[in-house]
Amino acid sequence: MKVLLPTPLGEFTNGLRELEAKGATVDELLHDLNGRFPGIRFRMVDEQNHIRPHIKIFINAELERSLARPLLDDDEVLVVAALSGG
Amino acid sequence: MQARKRRTTILVGTRKGLFILHGDASREKWRVEGDVPHFLGQIVNHAVMHPATGTIMVAARAGHLGPSVFRSTNAGKSWQEAKQPPAFPARKEAAYGWSVAHVFWLSPGHASEPHVWYAGTSPHGLFRSKDDGVTWQSVDGFNLHPDRLKWLGGAQEAPPDGATLHSINVDPFDANHLFIGMSSGGVFESTDRGKSWAPLNHGCAADFLPDPNALYGHDPHCLRVHPTARDVLYQQNHCGIYKLTGSGARRTWQRIGNNMPKPIGDIGFPLVLHPRKPDTLWVFPMDGTSVWPRVSVGGKPALYCSRDGGASWIKQANGLPTRHGWFTVRRQAMSVDGADKVGVYFGTTSGEMWASFDEGAKWCCLMQHLPQILSVEAVSF
Repeated sequence: MKVLLPTPLGEFTNGLRELEAKGATVDELLHDLNGRFPGIRFRMVDEQNHIRPHIKIFINAELERSLARPLLDDDEVLVVAALSGG
Repeated sequence: MQARKRRTTILVGTRKGLFILHGDASREKWRVEGDVPHFLGQIVNHAVMHPATGTIMVAARAGHLGPSVFRSTNAGKSWQEAKQPPAFPARKEAAYGWSVAHVFWLSPGHASEPHVWYAGTSPHGLFRSKDDGVTWQSVDGFNLHPDRLKWLGGAQEAPPDGATLHSINVDPFDANHLFIGMSSGGVFESTDRGKSWAPLNHGCAADFLPDPNALYGHDPHCLRVHPTARDVLYQQNHCGIYKLTGSGARRTWQRIGNNMPKPIGDIGFPLVLHPRKPDTLWVFPMDGTSVWPRVSVGGKPALYCSRDGGASWIKQANGLPTRHGWFTVRRQAMSVDGADKVGVYFGTTSGEMWASFDEGAKWCCLMQHLPQILSVEAVSF
């Protein structure tokens, strides 16, 4: 399925921000990405398996907070790194 | 015997990246490495160069993507992120299900273990690396200690203004003997490399606690163990400046800050020790009255130096602003080098780097207009 990544994660993917990945759930998808880009999952998910507060994951434009959410091959996954502070 | 002249490098961690300053052998000429800081845009809580291996370890918060540790083995030419950054054990029980919000403090291990490092985090956590910072493991004797939450008094704000584990000191005479400072929580020590812990706060005030004789819950701001003299510990605490006296079970903190000038007081954050003379130390007092403005007292910044273990103090402000210097110095933003005439360095919350090459007698400004300075570490080699 198609995955869109935010600019700050580009350092893990050599600047690639649109790519294909696979997984039956959000968690599997992130593990698939981590296999190819080591360390990228830990920037999105902390050690307690919680999506980090400033990371938002949208499935077909719908916000998803659960790593267990099932995915279909034709889903589009958008990862957003929300910025805050001044 | 005269110490040989060595070059000094200063690592300056800021709110927006890491600056590296190089001095020549005379320390008269300084250059800043590069046109932009390392890790531009990232909070660099601490950057430390190992005195023996030269490895530079950097505690950086990667923007909004969680904290990490970066290392360089080629003096900052390139950086590698830790393959396994400090992270609490994954737990189902909510009490243990903490996530590292900041890596705040880094300390090299004992001189006999050049690839060992320690990291302190917020929430309060202690981590160890045995492979020069490539992977980090939880020190479970602390992180999973059943009394840990009692020591801390519950969840608190995160740094740079809030709660954290800092001041990790390894006894230079015993690699198994560790000291840590927790804000808040107090000073704790372990004699078995972190498997078990005991509070070390007797004699130290904690005027914000209901029990004046509490065993823990204190607020050390900066704890230093002397690198060459046995059993010499000082701390700048929320409630004054202290030296550890006595031995064994009779050890107690003595408030040497009572000997500071009363209009100045003895509240502050940083404290540094002379690398060879255990009775010589420097502090940077701040206004700790009423609402704790956290600025230099009266807008007149000054260091105070003691050469007799805190029995008396000398003001050192020659060259510093004489008025309207409304900055202060954070707990790890003051350092000393190893030169014959010791250099003392500090970075301010207003982004200035100050230096003295004669042990505090005169001060000069090395850099201005930096982001807020969070840490300063000088290394001579």
